[in-house]
Amino acid sequence: MTRFNAWNVIKNGLNGQSGWSRQWRDPEPKSNYDVIIIGGGLHGLATAFYLAKNHNIKNIAVLEKGWIGGGNAGRNTTIVRSNYMMPGNHEFYEHSLKLWENLSHELNYNVMFSQRAHVSLFHSPGARDSAARRYNIMRLHGTDAELWDLKTLKKKIPHLNYDDSRFPILGAAVQRRAGNARHDAVAWGYARAADSLGVDILQNCEVTGITRKNGSIESIQTSRGTIKGKKVGFAVAGNTSVLWQMAELGNLPIESHKLQAFVTESIKPLLDQVVVYGVGGAHFYISQSDKGSMVFGGDLDWYKSYAQRGNLPIVQDSAEAAMAILPCLGRIRLLRHWAGVMDMSMDGSFFICKTPISNLYLNAGWNYGGFKASPASGWYFADLIANENPHNYVHNHNLERFEKGINIDERGAGPDPKLHG
Amino acid sequence: MIRINCPYCGERDHSEFSYGGDATINYPSLESSEKEWTEAIFFRKNIRGFQLETWHHSNGCRMWLEVERSTITHEIKSVRPCHPDLQKVVENNK
Repeated sequence: MTRFNAWNVIKNGLNGQSGWSRQWRDPEPKSNYDVIIIGGGLHGLATAFYLAKNHNIKNIAVLEKGWIGGGNAGRNTTIVRSNYMMPGNHEFYEHSLKLWENLSHELNYNVMFSQRAHVSLFHSPGARDSAARRYNIMRLHGTDAELWDLKTLKKKIPHLNYDDSRFPILGAAVQRRAGNARHDAVAWGYARAADSLGVDILQNCEVTGITRKNGSIESIQTSRGTIKGKKVGFAVAGNTSVLWQMAELGNLPIESHKLQAFVTESIKPLLDQVVVYGVGGAHFYISQSDKGSMVFGGDLDWYKSYAQRGNLPIVQDSAEAAMAILPCLGRIRLLRHWAGVMDMSMDGSFFICKTPISNLYLNAGWNYGGFKASPASGWYFADLIANENPHNYVHNHNLERFEKGINIDERGAGPDPKLHG
Repeated sequence: MIRINCPYCGERDHSEFSYGGDATINYPSLESSEKEWTEAIFFRKNIRGFQLETWHHSNGCRMWLEVERSTITHEIKSVRPCHPDLQKVVENNK
């Protein structure tokens, strides 16, 4: 693999760009691996990368049923933030944000991480108190967080709808280090970096069966043949239940729901931050991509689904929310909208844990938050697979937490997956 | 848009309804173990394919309905009232 650096850019600029190698190999599956990661999304690729880099395990396969970047890696709104307050979650997401800050150097691939600030509007004194509580907890744990009053907010983002008499904007809770990144580059960067450490990335390799023997997984049947692995990790959020039942493990505290996102035509620079708006349960987030498109999303479609396409009521809801805070968008045209399938968990938090099968490890339940979590998810999932012992940050992120009564419920919404947006 | 054929109101857009969730959950008796309660409250089969689920016609007749719907194609096979007495009424009026 040719490294990206100034010398190579100049050299290849002079020889007609003929000196670049492909980004990652397309190997044939071997019959045996030390670790098989099922799912070639951001989490699976990051796990393979950190297994190779932090734990020196090289004989790894990542199985992907489609192509790299074709699943939820390409179906998100690319927001990165760490404004969490529950124990376990805030340390985890803060570490993730720190990994993001150095990710382009780590991967030798420009993931275009842009710390443009995450601005969460509040519209009532109650919402302000709640934001202040959350952001104070963040500050106590060393994460940056601040509250902007109306004067500051008007100066920073002048074209929000400040005249709305029904839900007047009172201010905003802000995390300046938050922002967004280019999702494709993250997927490609992790794939390329993992591949250069010897990881086999097997695309078009769908898992069709799982053979168990004496309480452990013996082999995985795939559309490209049978593959054996000493350890197996599931990182297929959205379809976790399907694989889980393929391994005859029964039910999970997860429902699959779909979440839509939207992209408009490109316009001149309008919005320098990620802006989030929530009133009365509605939910809306918007940012402007480097190409100039407005990228935004809203609520789940509210019913369980594995279909990767969104339904019309949410298109209307999101458009209404866009008009409510940025009326200047009224004439902009939508180019695309799509939906990704989310693992919505029963308390809104994820799972990085061991399973009833001795050599199977689970990474699932990412709800709305999978994109920002990918570096830390890979980091701690790799750590669990290599060391068999869950790190302190994730030792409660297991399947037993519900029976023990230690749910990690950031919103306090209760055991209804669709409410954990 | 999913169209749900409400037995009382007729076929309507799903935006008139609120989604309830899995219609196959059986809550155990109060004396049951924590394990059984945990299973009933938190654990789901999360079917990829046809599943039984409840919908509430919240912007219509406000009846709770049991709907058999595919989670892949959203095709609906059957709709009936959740309440057994209402089921009988609907059957008798056919």
